[in-house]
Amino acid sequence: MHLRLGGRPYRVYFEEAGRGIPLVCLHTAGSDTRQYRHLMVDPAVTEHYRVLAFDMPWHGKSTPPPGWQEEEYRLTTETYVEAIISFCRALELDRPVVMGCSMGGRIVIPLAAEYAKELRAVIGLEAADQVQSWFDNTWLHRPDIHGGEMGAARVSGLLAPQSPEETRWETLWGYMQSGPGVFKGDLYFYFYRAESDFRDFMARIDTKVCPVYLLTGEYDYSCTPEDTKRTAAMISGAEVIIMKEMGHFPMSENPELFRSYILPLLEKIRSQK
Amino acid sequence: MIERLPELVNGDERLVWRGRFLTVEFLVEVGDVPYYVSIHSGRITSVERGPFYTRSWLFAVRASVEAWEKLWEPVPRPGYTDILGLMKRGEARIEGDLHPFMANLRYIKEILVAPRRLRGGC
Repeated sequence: MHLRLGGRPYRVYFEEAGRGIPLVCLHTAGSDTRQYRHLMVDPAVTEHYRVLAFDMPWHGKSTPPPGWQEEEYRLTTETYVEAIISFCRALELDRPVVMGCSMGGRIVIPLAAEYAKELRAVIGLEAADQVQSWFDNTWLHRPDIHGGEMGAARVSGLLAPQSPEETRWETLWGYMQSGPGVFKGDLYFYFYRAESDFRDFMARIDTKVCPVYLLTGEYDYSCTPEDTKRTAAMISGAEVIIMKEMGHFPMSENPELFRSYILPLLEKIRSQK
Repeated sequence: MIERLPELVNGDERLVWRGRFLTVEFLVEVGDVPYYVSIHSGRITSVERGPFYTRSWLFAVRASVEAWEKLWEPVPRPGYTDILGLMKRGEARIEGDLHPFMANLRYIKEILVAPRRLRGGC
């Protein structure tokens, strides 16, 4: 599809499977929609949900905008929200559920605050209002270091030790394939600490209009369970689930275990009025 | 444990291959005890228990005995899966010229957790 974002033309790649309530899935920083490939072929999900996952610009099969070669990619709250809402509106989705992981989890907070009436619910995986930075991300984009291999090594400790080898390494392969500077540019948003912005968003969320569900793996040390619980405490009516033996990439690193958490939640959302 | 790195690493052909462009001397500190680790093209050529005065190292990885022990559990507990997690918790310090550390991050992380193999981990 073609979207106009920030006044510029973008070609956006997306995949979909299933019929029913639209479920828009947002991938993590530095990766792409392949993270949701297991969810998209799960009949227990696609029986009742139209699962849609799009590659953010610069990621996966969504090309960067013309002129990209002279630019440094950098994601902001505004550009991220615009991309998601534009995608939903372009497909005329009827009150979709938006589920995002990591940076995709963080963005559901402003979405719920500003677009509650257009959404059925939001699910934040590994999400918090803000997370502590612990790494100089300049290392991720320089000519004398392979950004892909380094990016994957940077996140490999965020997966749970119990996650199966095959899905662990498929998750990391996604990072190894990321374009130069893209992971770093995403992390500009992920670690952005304009505290007042997110406190304001959280205060404005009405979970009676747009329910908020936050699921975090116990092994996630980037967004810890404590970060998520702290965030939920600031959103009246938000629900928190801490996933045992799970890391930062639930839908991708251990799809079988993730099913045990997400299926009951999707059923609950489906049965809401 | 650190003194056993040569046997833990050098027999793993694929791990050594991943470090094939790395030749470096670095410091691992376990509590108060410094270990000087020499790597040549991915093989651990020596681990010497210090201290040695006025001896150079390119980068240092330091943590308490307790923190290393938790990192080396066969199935580590949350927060102790890798050296970066320890660093985020404030339980490890990584300092010096970090370019070779970052450029070979997967290899370095893997050799630092190699002692898990002594306890049935992988």
